[in-house]
Amino acid sequence: MPRASLPNSADKIEEVRIDTDILIIGAGNAGCFAAIEAKRLNPDLKVTLMEKAHIDRSGCLAGGMDAINTYIKKGRTIEDFVRWSRSQAGGLLREDLTITMAEVLNKPIEEWEDWGMPIKYEEDGEEYKTRGKWDITISGSEMKVILAEKTRECGCEIINRVVATNYLMDGEKVIGAIGFGVRDGKVYIIRAKATIIATGGAAGLYKPYQNDGNDSHHQLWYSPFNVGSGFAMGIRVGAEMTTFEMRWCATRTKDFNGPIDTISVGYKTPMINCKGEQILKTRYAHLGGDAAPRFIRANLPMDEWREGRGPCYVDTTNMTQEQIYDMKYDYLNERPSYVLFLAGRAQDLQKDPIEIYGSDPYIVGGHTASGYWVDVKRATTLPGLYACGDVAGGTPNKFVGGCAAEGLLSARAAVEYVTGLELANINEDQIAREKDRIFAAGFRQAIVGDGVKPREMEERLQRLMDEYAGGVHQFFRMNKEGLEYALRHIKIMKDQVKYLIASDLHELMDAHEIIDRLDVAEVLVHHLMYREETRWPGWQTRADFPEKNDEKFDCFVNSRYNPETGEVEMFTRPYEQIIPGDRLKA
Amino acid sequence: MPPVVYKEKCKSCGKCEEVCPGDLMELAEDKKAVCRSARDCWDCMACVKACQFDAIETRIPYQLGYYPAKLIPKMRDKEIEWTCIDINGKVEKFLVKTYNK
Repeated sequence: MPRASLPNSADKIEEVRIDTDILIIGAGNAGCFAAIEAKRLNPDLKVTLMEKAHIDRSGCLAGGMDAINTYIKKGRTIEDFVRWSRSQAGGLLREDLTITMAEVLNKPIEEWEDWGMPIKYEEDGEEYKTRGKWDITISGSEMKVILAEKTRECGCEIINRVVATNYLMDGEKVIGAIGFGVRDGKVYIIRAKATIIATGGAAGLYKPYQNDGNDSHHQLWYSPFNVGSGFAMGIRVGAEMTTFEMRWCATRTKDFNGPIDTISVGYKTPMINCKGEQILKTRYAHLGGDAAPRFIRANLPMDEWREGRGPCYVDTTNMTQEQIYDMKYDYLNERPSYVLFLAGRAQDLQKDPIEIYGSDPYIVGGHTASGYWVDVKRATTLPGLYACGDVAGGTPNKFVGGCAAEGLLSARAAVEYVTGLELANINEDQIAREKDRIFAAGFRQAIVGDGVKPREMEERLQRLMDEYAGGVHQFFRMNKEGLEYALRHIKIMKDQVKYLIASDLHELMDAHEIIDRLDVAEVLVHHLMYREETRWPGWQTRADFPEKNDEKFDCFVNSRYNPETGEVEMFTRPYEQIIPGDRLKA
Repeated sequence: MPPVVYKEKCKSCGKCEEVCPGDLMELAEDKKAVCRSARDCWDCMACVKACQFDAIETRIPYQLGYYPAKLIPKMRDKEIEWTCIDINGKVEKFLVKTYNK
C-alpha cells in the first residue's frame, strides 16, 4: 500500500465523507461480532467498520488465543457464573450487565467453531475439554483471521488503517466519528445513525519493567496498539466512566510478560516462593487459597518479593515431558514467541521452574470493571453511542467470549435504535476544528521544525504513572501525595501537547496515541485518588488507606469530564444485588 | 519484538506491511521490508506467518533471551508446522491445528 505524506496545510487535507446506518469503531473481536450481528438482524442496513490496523490481525487476538475463559458448560447456570465472577472481582460488578452477557455467552464461541476455529473435546464424548471451572481449550492461532473472513462475508464496509480521533456530535448526541488514514493521509468523516465503540482497553499508561533498552518496550500483556482511544473520545465529550481505579495487573512470566493461566490453571502447577513454599495454600490460605480472587493471585508474587521471599515461580518441576510439550503447543496458539523465549534460555522446565512477576497495569473492561457506564443494552450515557468489549465497564471477567457476546448485545440495541431514524446534520465548524487538531503535530513539524516527539511524551507519562500512580516498580502501591504529583505533571503534559511534532503519518498516529493516553491517565488518577481505601490489593493499593472501607466505598466510583470547565467530576453509584448470597463467595 | 528481515529473501510482496497491527512493517526505498521501530513490535508474528518467502524472523531481544534461538512457522492449509531451535541447537517440532474444517 503506497504511503501518503503529511499534508502541510489545512487546505491540502483530502476528505472522505461516508454516510452509514451503524458505525463500529474497532474491528477486533467485539467489533466484528457487532458487525456480523447487525447485518444478520437487518441485511438492508449499511454497517461500517472503522479499523486503525488491518481487520485480519487487529486487536487482542493478533497472535491468537489458547483458551476461552468464560464458557457456561452443561449443568452450570447463569447464577453460578455471576456468583463466580462477583467473587473474583472482590464483590463489585454490575449484576444486570453480567446476567445479560451470560445469556448470550456461548453463542459466539459455538459460531466461531462452526466457522473453523478448533476447540478441544474430551476424549470420550461430545463435551468441550475442560481446563478450569469456566475455561475451555481452543487452538486459536488463526481465530482472528477466521473471524475477519466471516465479517467480510456478511457484507459490511471495512475501512482499514483509519485512526478514529473524535466523535461527531450534535449537541450531546453522537452522530458518527472522524479520523485520519494512517496510510493515505485523508480525513474520514463518517456520519452514522448509531455508533458502537469497540476500540479495546488501554495499554502503555505505565512503564513496563522489561523496558530496559530499545527493543523491549512493547513486551506487554495487552495489545500495545490498544491505547484507550475509545475511552479518550468518550471522556472528551463528557461520557460517564466507571471503576477506572480497578486496574488490571496480572501475574506473568518474568521478563517475557507471558501468560500464566496456561501453566497454573491448565497444568495445575502451584505458585511457590524462593523457599519452595506453596504460597496460595500456606501464606494466603485465608484469602481463598488456590481459589483466591484474581487480584490476590496477581499481587502475591509481588508481596513475596517485597517481604524478601522472591523470586517466585510456578513450579513446573513435576510436569511430565508430555505435559511440557502440550503446554508449549498451547503457547504457540496464544503467544508463540514465549516458546522462542524459553528456547532463548534453553530452559528445562523439569529442572528450572518458570519465574513469575507482576505486569504493568492496564485499564481494560474485559478483565476488570473499567470503562463506559452502560445500561443492559450497552447504551452509554451519550445518546446514539453504544459500547462493547474491553471499552465497556461494569462487567469484569468477560474475556474473549464475553467481549464477543457484548458485540452481539450492542448490535441488537443499535439496530433497534436506528429504525426510522434520519441522519443528523454535521457541524462543519467541528470538522474544521478537528482537522486542525488532527494534523497539528504535522503542521508544527513543517513550520517550526522543533518540539516534543510523541515517543518522548509517551515515555515521560509512563515513568510518571509508574512511579507516582502505583506502577510495577512501586509494587502497585500509591498514596494521595504521589497521585497529586502525577496529576500536576499530567496537566503540564496536556498543556504541552501543542509542542508535539510528527514527521510522517505513523508519527501522527503516535502523537494521537499519547494525547489519548493523557486523557485516560488523568481520569484514572482521579479515580485512584477518590477511592480512599484498598479494595483490590495489587490492582488498587492505597498505602495510605490499607483497609477496605465498605461503609463508604461498597459502590461504583464514576466520573464525568466536564468539557465546559475541563474538570473531572467524581461521584458514586450504588451497588445493586440481584443474585442472592455472599458476594465474596462463588 | 524486533522482526529481523533477510533482505535477500524478501520479494517485496508487501504482505507484512498489509497485516502488521502496529503499522510497523513497510517497504523501504529499496522495496525490501523493514520494521520501522523494533521497540514497538508486539511479536504477534503476523508478519512472519504472512511471509511466504521465510524472509522474516522474530527475535527475542538479547536483554531478555540469549542468541541464537529460532522459531519458524510453516503455514499449511489447516495447520502450522512450528520448528523451535534453542540456543544449544536442540530442535522441537509442533503441528498446531488452525482450522477444524
